[in-house]
Order: sequence, then C-alpha cells, then structure tokens
Amino acid sequence: MRPEMTTASLDTAARTSAERGALARARLLRGLLPALSLALVLLAIAWLNPRAISYFGFSLMLNLAIPIALATIAQMFVIAGNELDLSIGTFVGFVGCVTATWLKDAPLIGAAILLGSIGVYALLGALIHLRNLPSIVVTLGMSFVWQGLAILVLPKPGGKAPDWLLGLMAFKPPFVPFPIIAALVIGLIVHFGLMRTSYGVILRGSGGNPAALGRAGWSLLKTKIVLFALAGLFGVLSGMALIGITTSADANIGNGYTLLAIAGVILGGGEFVGGRVSPIGAVIGALTLALAASPLLTFMHIPPDWQVAANGAILIIVLAARVLISRRER
Amino acid sequence: MPEGNADIIRLNGAEKHFGAVRALGGVDFHVGPGECVGLVGHNGAGKSTLMHMVAGTLVPDSGQIGVHGDTEDNYSVSRAQQLGIRCVFQELSLCPNLSVAENTRINHASLRGFGWRRKAAELIAAKLDEIFPGHSISASDIVGDLSIGRRQMVEVARAFTVTQDRLDLVILDEPTSSLDAHTAGQLLAFVRRFVAGGKSCILISHVLGEVLRNADRIVVMRDGKVVVADAASAFDRDRLVTAMGGAEARQKIAAQIAAAKPAASPLRVRARPAAQKDGTDLVACAGEIIGLAGLAGHGQTDLLLAIFTAASRARAGIEVTAPVALVAGDRQSDGIFPQWSIAENIGIRSLARLRSGLLISPQREAELAAFWQKKIGIRTPDMNNNIFSLSGGNQQKALFARALGSDAQIVLMDDPMRGVDIGTKLEVYDLVREEAARGRTFLWYTTETEELDNCDHIYVFKNGRIVANLGRDELTEEKIIQSSFGDAA
Repeated sequence: MRPEMTTASLDTAARTSAERGALARARLLRGLLPALSLALVLLAIAWLNPRAISYFGFSLMLNLAIPIALATIAQMFVIAGNELDLSIGTFVGFVGCVTATWLKDAPLIGAAILLGSIGVYALLGALIHLRNLPSIVVTLGMSFVWQGLAILVLPKPGGKAPDWLLGLMAFKPPFVPFPIIAALVIGLIVHFGLMRTSYGVILRGSGGNPAALGRAGWSLLKTKIVLFALAGLFGVLSGMALIGITTSADANIGNGYTLLAIAGVILGGGEFVGGRVSPIGAVIGALTLALAASPLLTFMHIPPDWQVAANGAILIIVLAARVLISRRER
Repeated sequence: MPEGNADIIRLNGAEKHFGAVRALGGVDFHVGPGECVGLVGHNGAGKSTLMHMVAGTLVPDSGQIGVHGDTEDNYSVSRAQQLGIRCVFQELSLCPNLSVAENTRINHASLRGFGWRRKAAELIAAKLDEIFPGHSISASDIVGDLSIGRRQMVEVARAFTVTQDRLDLVILDEPTSSLDAHTAGQLLAFVRRFVAGGKSCILISHVLGEVLRNADRIVVMRDGKVVVADAASAFDRDRLVTAMGGAEARQKIAAQIAAAKPAASPLRVRARPAAQKDGTDLVACAGEIIGLAGLAGHGQTDLLLAIFTAASRARAGIEVTAPVALVAGDRQSDGIFPQWSIAENIGIRSLARLRSGLLISPQREAELAAFWQKKIGIRTPDMNNNIFSLSGGNQQKALFARALGSDAQIVLMDDPMRGVDIGTKLEVYDLVREEAARGRTFLWYTTETEELDNCDHIYVFKNGRIVANLGRDELTEEKIIQSSFGDAA
C-alpha cells in the first residue's frame, strides 16, 4: 500500500519502518473491522439457514437496507462535523409522508417541500454554528417538529408512492440483488465526494481541528451548512427509498432510524468526534445492522420480544472489539 | 514607497487587553526583508500575543499595522496569507484525522480540481526533503499516527510551501520544541538559507543559543513591552538574560519570612520527578512555602499531580505524610463546578466534616462559607449565589478557600494566579504566608517570578527534571532564568 522508502535515514529508519508497519496493520485491521463483522453475520446466517444465501434470500433480507444505508450516510455527514442528529428518524418519516401524498398528487409542490426541508437542515447547521448551540438539543427539538409535520401531512397510515419510485425500487438486476448494487453505488459516490475531493478534505478537517481550519482562512459556518445540507439531502433520499419499498407511508415509519443510523456510522468505523468517518464503512455498518436486525435473529429462533435486546448485544460486541483494536494502536 | 525597501510588517503602538490583564502595552515592532528577527522574553511577556497580531489571528485594541508599506485597516488571517505572511503556531494546527497531503491542501485554496492530491503530495514531500533530508515521512501518512516531532516537521514544512500566494515572512513560534538536535539543526540551517534568499523569519525560542546564533536582530519583550531591540551581535547570553529578567531591584519580603521560619519541622513531602536521573528530591517540611519555577510545561504540574495522587495511593519515589489539597490553575476546566453556588464550591473538599448523619448539613456548609468569605474577602452579597456571579479573582479566592478550609496540611498550587488582578494577588500572598506560619506546607508552581519572592525554597524545572535548587537567600531572577534556559543542562 505504502510507497517504498527510498531515503536511507540514519539508524532510526529500521525502527521507524517497524513501528510504521505495526501502525499500518492496526489501521488496516480497524478498517477491515466493519467488513469482518458483516462477514461474521453472513456466516452465521449461512450456517443457520443455507437457503437464505441466494438471490432471492438477499433481496428479501436486505429489503430495507437501502433506506437504512442512506440515513446512515446522512448521519455520517453530521458526525463528520462533530455533531449528532437526533432528528434523522422522524425526518425520514416526514419525507416518507410527503412522498406518499404531495409528491404523487402534485409533484412540483412535493419536490418544493422536499427541497425546502433540505434548506431547513442547512439553516439548522448555521444556527448551531452561529449560536454555538449543542446539536443534540437542537435536533432533538426538531425531531418533534418533523414528527408533528408528518402527522399533519398524513394523519393516518396510507398514501401511495409515485409509480416511478415504485418502479425504481422494484428493479431486479441479473445475478446481484438490487440492494447490494445500490449500497455499493451509494458508498462509492459518497466516498469519492467526501474522501477524495478537495472540498471533502475541508469538510473532514472541520471535524478534526476546527481552529486550524479557521486559521487557514476557511469558513466554519459554510462547512457546517454544507454538512447539514448533505445530511438533509440523504435524509430525503432515504425517506423516498423507504416509501418506494413499503409503497405507503405512516408518520412513525422512520422513528427507529435515528439510533440505527448512529449505530451504523460507529459500526462502520466512524468516531463521534474528530472527523474520523468512513462512507464505505458506514454503508457496510448499515448492511450489517439490516441483516443482524430481523433475519439473523429470526433464524436463531430468538422470539421477537427479545430481538431488540439481542440486536443491542451484537452492537456492544462489535464496538468492544473496535475499542480493543484502537487501544492496541496507541 | 517602493516595495523592495519597505518593511514586510510594521506595528506601531499595538495594544491588547484581555479583561483586566494587559497583554501588550504599546509595542512598536517591524521586520524588514531578508532578516531573521529573534524574539525572546519570559512566559507572559507578550510574545505570542504580538505574533498573533502579525499573523492576523488577533486584532489589536489600538495601534496600526502596516504591511509592505501600506496601512492595513482590515487585517485578518486570509489577508495575511495573501500578503505572504505565515505563522507556525506553538500549539499544533494540523488536523489529526487527515493525511499529510490533505493537511497541506487546507492551507492552499488553489490546490483543487483534478489531480490535486498528487500536487499536494508532491508539494509537501519536496519541501520536507528540502528542509529535513532523510525525514521518512510519507505524504499519505495520517497525521494522527505521526509522533509529535514529525508532526512539527510537517507543520513547519507546510508553512514554507508556496502555490499561488506570495511568501515573504514566516513566524516560527518555538519551532524546535519537539525536534531532536539533528532535525532542529536542519531546520535552523534552512531558515538561514531562506533568509539569505531575501525572505524573512521571526524566530521565537526559549533556547537562547538558537536565537543568538541564527537571528540577525533580537527583540526582547517583558511585561507586554519591547525592552531592548538590537543587532544580534550586540548581545551575548548574559545581556539577554539581564534584559529579559529586568535589572531593577525588587523589594523582598524575605526578612519576615526568614524570621518566622521554625528551626526543625517535620517532613511533609519528599518527591522525585519521574524523569529525574540523579538523586535530587523535592523536599518540603511543615510551615514551608516551596516554589516550583522554570518555564511553563516543564514538568511542574506533572509533579504536583503525582504528589496529589500519592496522597491517596502509594507511589514509588513520592512520600506524602499529610492530607493534600490542590488549587487548580485552569479554574474554568479543573476548579469550578459551574452550576453550583459559591458555598457549595467551597465545601466540596470538606464534605466529611460538613455531614450530619447521611446528609450534608446546609447549616455547617453555610458556616464554613461565611467564615472564609470574611477571612479571604470574597466580595458577594450572598454565598448562595452561583459561582459565576463572582469576578475571576474572587472565583480564584473561592478555590483557595476550598483548599484552606479543608483538613489538608499540604496545599498544592498549580500556577493559580493566572489572570488574577494584583489586589487579589497581594491578599492571597498574605494569606498563604499566614497559613504557612501556622504549620501548613505550600508547594507553589508559578510562572510569575515575583511570586517566588514569597517562597522559602525554589526548585527550578527543565524537561521534567529539577535542574536547580535555590535557597531563599540565593534567589535572583537571573539565576532562575539561567537555569531554566540552560542549553545543555
């Protein structure tokens, strides 16, 4: 991975490369951890129910993976700036309700509402930066606002997804199930945007050392607005994808996504502070959670009453493994 | 004015106040093209504040800034960058989550578009090769994985990279503090080459030899003012030390302390810093005020914290024979409970005595608070007010009351007078001497040399070790500066 060192440097070179090799190994291990945990869950499923490992089985098990992955990416943008979004779940629900009503009946108004809601997210970012408010408080408040709006738009479960959206989400490519392809595409696009572009560096730097970024003349207000707007954008995509799959909406449909998204980011190798996030890891984390949620636990014959707790136990095990590995890195 | 002859930067009558503290009092300062200006002074002399103004990160309360001969009215960081002024700050300003190349990109808005990663990597690698040949840092290394020394190398090299904007002046604030002798030598040699090429540098260093050998002109600051500015050849070590320390005699309170000193008192603390190689111990007996001197961050706080831990849990090399209390230096983060009242903040160290049954007795808490309000003079109408209703100096008094009101016979003070007004200081000095006369022991780390006049005995620290051990009669400011700046101690 690393270019060979050509400079011969005193007697420290040997020690340096050894210590560097250890660091690189630890980093690689940490980078692979999300993939490892996914593989582990897959192995467990294959062992419990070999028939599940098939085109049809994956399409079924990963049914809801796309909206979860999109919501996780939304949360990841917020976490990249050292903030936390507790409203992403109800926001996804609100978007779902708008998608199943306005977007179908009056597409222009529906699109305007969704664009406006992204604007609201951007404004929240500005507010949090300018007034130095804790994002947890602001977004917790907003979660009730989105929930209330969702109920206003769709007082009781119903509505219908636009046909084009239904068609898109029902797409059945040959050989590889659609959710896997979609997850791959989402991960790669966001990876390119956040990890490879020159402005992506600034966005991540705003989480790593905001003071240094300010000293270099960058606007921290702008980075925060951009990060929150991106979170809003991916929240909208998540809500639309969700309705494309479920075909109709309910004001509470996204409520579980808030914690699922946070867990996905952390499972994927992200950290709450310091701008350390990984888009591909986050998508893998979301897939792992989607698989570990109901399919695995159902195959394990764990009664539904216990599934939520079992899900939490899986999270704790994976996160504990991560802590152990990062500690060895020190 | 033709640009070639103009000063790169000129500050006239720059003043800056932080609350009641005057950080800069009317400083004139300039840097011409092709010169390396050395800037020296003790902690808190105003060097950093001055440099923040040159770099555009602080705006002076009054005074003028001119760059390349033109007066700048809206001087800022980005303006300074455009005008070719860069600063390597003392505290690292790299993003630990990004790679070396990505950190370079942050300082260069023009590094973007297709192929920016390769360009940034080549730019920083070339500069690292130029300044630190054989550095073994790769542009793809994540900064958080690098040692502190290598981070400093990256930071220095980054300041010298050029893309779109011009580069005329680089401020190096303690650039060698984390470098070993070899890399420090490489850097200083590069600085000489840079200056020989017609560019300029400001070099701030506590290693006086570095400044004397590499600067063309030396500016000495003290108490927020420039006291001497002269060609480097006009200085030698002694003249620098004298200029930094202030030659004027200080009236001392020595007599009264010496008189009050009991002949033989029981041992209270015997401690050896972890980095100490020889057998030197810090020894404190009952009734003594022991000063911990030296430059900031050279192991004084670490030793105080080690003594504090040793009081409850045995620790190798440290012997503590009585209860201990600590007065924190950074009161906002380490001292105060922000949501609590003044009385609660004072009582927290003495909860065992304030208890009645299982609960804290509000009455006893109030009594303790009232006693110390009177004794130490905390200015508030009601001790049940929130601690933040007090001024900074009075908050610090409350922290002293917390320590002195406890059963602790040993009081550790971690530079507690930072940012406290002089009136409060004098009151607290009196109190400390009074309590010492009653048999309490004080270990007092301070960055303000005048405060050492209150001490019976002074240990000077450098690089985590005790390098000098001065009795009260041997104490002079020159001696402290000599030992804390000792190049090869």
